[in-house]
Amino acid sequence: MADVKLSNIKKSYGDTPVLHGIDLDIKHGEFVVLVGASGCGKSTLLRLIAGLEDISSGELHIGDQQVNALAPAQRGIAMVFQSYALYPHMTVFKNMSYGLKIAGKGKDFIDAKVREAARILHIDHLLERLPRELSGGQRQRVAIGRAIVRDPNVFLFDEPLSNLDAALRVKTRVEIGKLHKELGATIIYVTHDQVEAMTLGDKIVVMNQGRVEQCGSPLELYQHPATRFVGGFIGSPKMNFIDGKVAALGGDHIEIQLSNGCRSRACVEAGDLKVGDPVTLGVRPEHIDERSDAGTMLSGDVTLVERLGEASFIYLTLSDGTEIVVRGSGESTVTTSEHIKVSFAPHNAHVFDSNDRALRRLKAGNVHSTAELAQLKAVGQEAF
Amino acid sequence: MISLPGLKHNTGKTLMTHAVLLTYTVIALFPILVIIVNAFKSRKAIFKDPLALPSLDSFSLAGFEQVLGRADFGLYFGNSMIVTLISLFFVLLFGAMAAWALTEYKFRGNLFLAVLIAMGIMIPIRLGTVSILNLMASLDLVNTLTALVLVYIAQGLPLAVFILSEFIRQVPKELKEAARCDNVSEYKIFFTIILPLIRPAMATVAVFTMIPIWNDLWFPLILAPGESTQTITLGVQQFIGQYVTDWNAVLSSLTLAIVPVLVLYVIFSRQLIRGLTSGAVK
Ligand SMILES: Nc1ncnc2c1ncn2[C@@H]1O[C@H](COP(=O)(O)OP(=O)(O)O)[C@@H](O)[C@H]1O
Ligand SMILES: [Mg+2]
Repeated sequence: MADVKLSNIKKSYGDTPVLHGIDLDIKHGEFVVLVGASGCGKSTLLRLIAGLEDISSGELHIGDQQVNALAPAQRGIAMVFQSYALYPHMTVFKNMSYGLKIAGKGKDFIDAKVREAARILHIDHLLERLPRELSGGQRQRVAIGRAIVRDPNVFLFDEPLSNLDAALRVKTRVEIGKLHKELGATIIYVTHDQVEAMTLGDKIVVMNQGRVEQCGSPLELYQHPATRFVGGFIGSPKMNFIDGKVAALGGDHIEIQLSNGCRSRACVEAGDLKVGDPVTLGVRPEHIDERSDAGTMLSGDVTLVERLGEASFIYLTLSDGTEIVVRGSGESTVTTSEHIKVSFAPHNAHVFDSNDRALRRLKAGNVHSTAELAQLKAVGQEAF
Repeated sequence: MISLPGLKHNTGKTLMTHAVLLTYTVIALFPILVIIVNAFKSRKAIFKDPLALPSLDSFSLAGFEQVLGRADFGLYFGNSMIVTLISLFFVLLFGAMAAWALTEYKFRGNLFLAVLIAMGIMIPIRLGTVSILNLMASLDLVNTLTALVLVYIAQGLPLAVFILSEFIRQVPKELKEAARCDNVSEYKIFFTIILPLIRPAMATVAVFTMIPIWNDLWFPLILAPGESTQTITLGVQQFIGQYVTDWNAVLSSLTLAIVPVLVLYVIFSRQLIRGLTSGAVK
């Protein structure tokens, strides 16, 4: 069993703090994805867990052992590097077996282990080649194979797919997901790609500027982003944000006077908000309807339409200059510079207070039946 | 014909480059060629026309017979080989180890040591000849090959550390980290991962280190002029007398002295061609 527990982990390079107190609980067998913009400290955190950098303060436990002072090899981890870091002068077999050889394992044992890993990763036929004779995807597998043979308690992946082309990335992503099921090991996976994070993670940790912004299951993050940053980070295209002020407080909703002059209803808990407080309304492009009868209505000029086939992304500029994106249907006939009306339902609205913290949504993610939808739509229209 | 101005220009440029390089090669190789050519001529022919190739008349192996006939030639040759190879080995070993330590580890005095070693490149070791001689005398090492080896190691190290540091710095950080995750000890990382990767640089350093040692006359003359410790460059001098010089012998022994360096150079230069870390990352 290897739970990983981080308590108030901090890291500074010289006088520059990079991580400001990270707390994280990772259960054995969990697939945890660290995600965040470039430079937010994901790799640094991973390297701290691996033991490649010293922890400035805080405690790191792997299993029931405090491992702050242990060398990488004693922590029971294996790391797959973004650049793969294969030993260029060793064959694939030697690359994969080197760690075991150093550990003094028997020849037969090593052979069996390497062949088993090679079989899982479909690289059996490449064992005698040098890294330079492999394609990017194959090198990637060898790097994973080198980690597998060591039977680690925890796998650490640092952006393993970022050097692959788009098609291979999707394929390898799926395979890493399968591999996790097959190995049943704990995986900590770093990426800046939110699609990778959403598809792979049991648990996603969104990081921002050296802090954990939010930690939860993919759907939790999507439906209940705790901060404006998470709201904007998870989901593609980005969530739309419109500034406003609290206009009225209801029992199960609040009303917001938006900066473009519209008034919107949002099904969120008011908390200690007062009328007149500045808030930001967030609504995802896929939750805005091209028709104008879903609830709150917004109108604006179309500045661009991106047609993807299955959907069209319509870029709108509202009357006050706020820009929003709407995910319209693939057959949408909207054209640039047209003036259109779009709308969204109040249960799809997110509201962030002046500190960018989200207000608890009351009806998110549990709306399924058309009857419910119709009812909610009615509530939304009531607002006007 | 389609005229390609770009191509034409390039051809002109290539020709120019080749002309310059060829001129340089001729100038550089000419003295060596003269030595080798004359080594195979009789004494009279050498003086009559130094630039002529050996003909049936003038061909003579007298010089070689004389040189090889003397028992001590083998000894000088051996001394040179021993001194060069042992110095070379330690310069490469210590140079690489120092370069690795200076680039990989942060410790007190790191910068100071690096600067000190860099100064060794700029200040010729011969400036310290008197002190070195005193030192060797106190250590009782005068007229031993050990004295030469020690001096040559000191002479070769600065440049070796300098060049190898540059190359070691280029080895991707992740490779060392991957090895550390594999529980490879720091010594093993150095010997099994870093050294194989900087082999081309080692070959370069080997060539640069070897040639001045093999050719050196100064330190053998001062530190080890004894009969049993003379190196080949010093040994050749005995054919150069104050009144009479045995040119046949001098030229023949110089010709013979070229051979081992040439062999070593060929060995090292095969390493030079290989790529550094191709396939390591990406
Ligand atoms: N060795 C280092 N010395 C100084 N600063 C560093 C070092 N490594 C990383 N940093 C800084 O730490 C921050 C986080 O880096 P990193 O963890 O690599 O980000 P990410 O992987 O999320 O893109 C960056 O601002 C980077 O400049
Ligand atoms: Mg990174």
